[in-house]
This record gives sequence, C-alpha cells and structure tokens, in this order.
Amino acid sequence: MRQGLDRYFVYFCIATASVSVAILVVLLTAIFVQGLPNLSWRFLTSPPSPHTAEAGIYPALFGTVWVCSACALFTLPIGVGTAILLEEFKPSSHAARMLHGIVQVNITNLAGVPSVVYGIIGLTAFVGMFGLLGAPSNPSFETGVRYYDQFLSEGDRGLLVPVAGRNAPDTTVRDGLTALLGKQRFRVNVIGENDPITEDPQLRAVTLRSDAEAGRISRKSWYYLQIPFGRGVLAGALTLMLVVLPIVIVSSQEALRGVPGSIREAAFGLGATRWQVVWNVTLPASVPGIMTGAILATSRAIGEAAPVLIIAGIVYIASAPGHLMDDYSVMPLQIYNWAQRPQKEFHALAASGIIVLLVILLSFNAVAVFVRQRLQKSRS
Amino acid sequence: MAIESMTLLKSRSHMSETLPAREQKDSTPHQAASAERQPAVSLSKLSPPASAETTTKLDPVISLRYERLNTWYGAFHALNDVNMDVPERQVMALIGPSGCGKSTLLRWTNRMNDLVADARAEGTLQLNELDVLAKTTDVVDLRRRVGMVFQKPNPFPKSIYDNVAFGPRLHLKISRSELDSLVEWSLRKAAVWDEVKDRLHQPALSLSGGQQQRLCIARAIATGPEVLLMDEPCSALDPASTARVEDLIFELKEQYTIVIVTHNMQQASRVSDRTAFFYQGRVVEVGITTDIFTRPEKKETEDYVTGKFG
Repeated sequence: MRQGLDRYFVYFCIATASVSVAILVVLLTAIFVQGLPNLSWRFLTSPPSPHTAEAGIYPALFGTVWVCSACALFTLPIGVGTAILLEEFKPSSHAARMLHGIVQVNITNLAGVPSVVYGIIGLTAFVGMFGLLGAPSNPSFETGVRYYDQFLSEGDRGLLVPVAGRNAPDTTVRDGLTALLGKQRFRVNVIGENDPITEDPQLRAVTLRSDAEAGRISRKSWYYLQIPFGRGVLAGALTLMLVVLPIVIVSSQEALRGVPGSIREAAFGLGATRWQVVWNVTLPASVPGIMTGAILATSRAIGEAAPVLIIAGIVYIASAPGHLMDDYSVMPLQIYNWAQRPQKEFHALAASGIIVLLVILLSFNAVAVFVRQRLQKSRS
Repeated sequence: MAIESMTLLKSRSHMSETLPAREQKDSTPHQAASAERQPAVSLSKLSPPASAETTTKLDPVISLRYERLNTWYGAFHALNDVNMDVPERQVMALIGPSGCGKSTLLRWTNRMNDLVADARAEGTLQLNELDVLAKTTDVVDLRRRVGMVFQKPNPFPKSIYDNVAFGPRLHLKISRSELDSLVEWSLRKAAVWDEVKDRLHQPALSLSGGQQQRLCIARAIATGPEVLLMDEPCSALDPASTARVEDLIFELKEQYTIVIVTHNMQQASRVSDRTAFFYQGRVVEVGITTDIFTRPEKKETEDYVTGKFG
C-alpha cells in the first residue's frame, strides 16, 4: 500500500510536468505551422501592408532594436549604480539605515507593479513632462532640426526656403528670395499672379507666383532631440527602463552579494579605498551575474507590449526610426495589430512575427547563458 | 608617496641584504637594475639605517605599541586594557581560546574594524611614530604599512600576477617592467615563485590552498609593509603547506615585524619569539615564547598551553 502510493506520487509528478511541456509543444507547433510559410527575407525587410503577401515586420523589428538598445543603455548604469549603493555602501547611522531599508523595500515592490502602470507614468513623465515644458507638438527646446517653407514651383518642383524655427512667420514670395532645389541654391524667379509662365523648363522649375503659399516642413538629423520627448523612441525606452530597472537592480544586488566578503577584506587590507574595492574587485567578480540579469531584463523589455502601447499607440509606421524622437512600432505591437484583425491571412502574419520575436528572445537568453559560463570558467 | 620612494631609491645601503639572489644570466642589465630598485620602494620604511642585528637584542626597537587599549563591539567589551609591545623584526604569537580578542587586536592594528558599524576603540595604538587610532590617520597609508594575511586564503578572482600587482597598482605609479620585477620579488620572497613562474597569468584560484596562502603573503608584502598581521594563516592548510608557511614566516621576520594569531600551540612555540596569552579580552601574560611555554607565571596560561582548557 505504502509502496503503491509512492509509485503513484511519482506518476502524478510526471503527469504534471508533462502538462507544461505539452502546452509549450502545442503552442510552438501551432505557431510554426501557421507562421513558417510567410517567413522569408522579404518578411524581415518590408513594412506592414494591407496586402498580406507584401507585408513585413521591418519597421517593428528595427523599432524594437532601437527602443531596447536605448533602454539597455539607460538601465545598466542606473541599475548597477543603485545596486552598488545598496550593497556596498551600507550606512551605519540609524536614520540612514532606515532610509536604506525603505529604498530597498520600494525597489522590491516596484518589481511587482504591472507594466501598464509604468506606461501611464511614462506618458506623463517622459512624453509630456507633466506639461511643464511645452507640449510635445510645440516643444520648448529642440536641436538637430531645420525648418523649411516648401513651395511648389510653376515647374512642379518643390522649393525649400529655410526659416528660423518651428514658429517662424510664413515666408512671403518677393524679389531676391533664394530657395533650395535639391541640394542646389537658386534665386527664385518671381512673377505676378496673372503673368504668363515662361517656356524654359529650367526657369520654370524655380519660378513662383507672388501669391504662392508654402507648407512648413522639417528635416531632422539622427541626433534630433526635443523636450518634452513626445511619443518617440526615447520616451518608450525610458518607460521600459522603469519596467526593467527593478529586475536589474535586484539581480545586480544578488550578484554583488555573491562576491565573498573575504576578498573584499583582502582588498581593504591592501589599502584600497571603497571605490577601488568596488571597481577593481567586487564589480569584476560580479560581472557574470550582472550580465545575466541585464540580458534577461532586456529580453523582458523586448516582449513588453502594454507600456509601449500607451506610449506609442498603434500607428502605421513604414520605416525604421531615424532619430530618438521618431515614431516607432515594436514587434509585440505589430503582432497584436495583426492578430486583432478578422482575416486569417493576418493571423498567419502574426504567427510569423511571433517566430521572429521568439528567435530574438531565445538568442538573448542563449547569450546570457554563454556569457555566464564563459566568465565563470575564466575565473575558477 | 612619490617623493618617499624617490628618496628610498637613493638609499641602497641595506638593499642588497634583503634582495634575493638573482640569476644574472637571463636578465638584461635594465631588468636587473629595476629588480634591485623596485623592492627598495617596498622596503621603504622597513629598516631604519641602524644595524638592526646588534641593537634588537639589547634595546629592541618597538614596532607596535598597545597602551590601555579598550575596544567594544556595540556594548560588548572585546578588549580590556591591553598593554603590549611588539619589537621590530620579531614574531609575536597571540594565543588564547576563541573569542578572547586576538583577531580583534589584529583588526584594530590596521583599522579593518572601521568597516564594522558599531566597533569603537579607546587608548593608544602606535605603529612606530604613527597614532593608528587617531581620526586624522590616513587609513589607506596605514594599511599599506600593515599587511594582513587572513585565515582562509582569499586571492582575488584574477590572475596570479594581478593578485600580487593589486597593491602596488593602488599605491605606486611605476612602469610595467618595474611592476614585473616587484611581482617577481614578492613571489620569490613568499617562496611561491618557482611554482607559479610559468603561469603568472592563469587564475589564482587554480592554485592549491597552500600556494594560494603563500600568494596572499606575496600580495601583502608587495606593498612594502613594515608589519605583517597573520590571522590563523595555517588553519585551512594541510600539514605540508603549514610547514612551508612556517618556514616562510621564519624567513620573513628578518625583514618584517609579524603578529600571528594561532590556535596551534606547537606552531606558536615553533615560529614566534614572543607570545601573548589572551583570555576574555585581557592579556593574561606576555613574554619570551620559551618562557610562556616552559615556565608561565600565571595559572591560566599554564592550563591553556598544557591543554587543560581552551
């Protein structure tokens, strides 16, 4: 009887373990069957399209790359710095210890906050900056951008007249006005409202009637920056930073805690200052743990949809982001966008997108495992 | 720091006697020169120009002086009125049952207890002219002058070379070749050079326990200390490694003042010149080692060294 119970318990455990494996297998099979046919180089390099045969994930793929790289760049120094403060600079006075404890409890709690909440915080704090620094559409500060008034010449060419700024007064057409046609600068040939047009196509290309009206356009370079940030890549990256920061801090703390106190003492005993101990001994020894935590946190950021949905919204994006304030989409959003459509063809696209996402996530995890094993081997 | 080493570079008088014999055949003149020079930096404050051989016996120079030293961890009175002198270039063994304050004494001598939140000390602790416990004392410089070897070998998870070079890199601005010869000198001094010379850039953790402990000693002397504190340096080692470390201590005392905590009576009697018996935070008896072990003055000392308690 007792023997029987023992055996049945093993069977029960095997059964429960099999359930989770079975679920994963079914899920993966379903996705691969649906998604593999669409998967091609074209899928990776084309923008989304209403014609499913032409649709691709390129802008969302690069949106993810941009947002997650920026997110990692911000998260690592802040997260590791905080962990060092919490682990290596434990205060001695009672009040400071209380404060230390409060910070610690808060960080642990923040790890449990639903990511959609961070989306709301990001919307007020990064996108709009609480409305204190102007509106995203009319920023109080911007750099890396030039504004132009665009005229359509009588030769149906676009003429660009540089203006001082976003809110500069409209350019009026008058004699002596110069404009850009392509890269070349031309003197505008001004004619009256009812004057006849010249025959010469060269001249027509730079001819404007005196009542011509312009549209304001902007050209942004890759380092374009505005305050407030608006719904661009930077706001999304900072919001994802909020989501993953607690994870990075806690895992870095654990990595630092794993460094034996004896080697800290050895360094102090040789006359190292606190900074030298952290920089030369503790931090190098905890790099494998910190790296693993950071990479796992980044893969969490890659998979997040909710906060990005609040920040970026679902808009049609045809190209990769050009600068940190640019509109963008990320893969989870694109997948969601396809999956919510009624047509079967879009569901297949969503499955293909999921495969791409999974491959990226798994390769990140593989890198994390590889880095940890490599560094551990080189140290022991 | 720089000026100090500069002045010492000039005083080569007692350098030759402390330098290990070098095979000249494979060292270029430049290497040989820097090898002679570099240890001079680390020996900087070690030896006053007086000929120590004759003076120590008659009127020993006191390297460490403890006077009415009282220390606490929170409310716990860890050391109670410790009065003790450690003469220069001798080995002082601290013996006594666990928790009697031996390690505490070591950890105040290089102010490691600064890291303990509620530790405090009163009284006098002097390292030659330096008031160790003064608030103004430069702890970094103090720890350069007072090397410490711990109970368990604790090399950094770095290469053998980087372990020994760690201290010099913190304190000295020296060239690569000078650093190379300082590392070699330290490893030779710590009697571990022959075992590691072919794998200086391999991880220190790949060494055996005994080799690791000698590496830690090399690391401690590379900063040019005057005093070496050893906190049960052999308790984690096998008998053969212990014997090697004891031989090493015997060699090192020609150059360094050594304070060693040990639970091994035989070890204390083998390696030390003087012995202090600690009991419940007090120094019960301190004196010449042979006296302590053969004709102790106090009953507790006799009971302890003969193994009746502790």
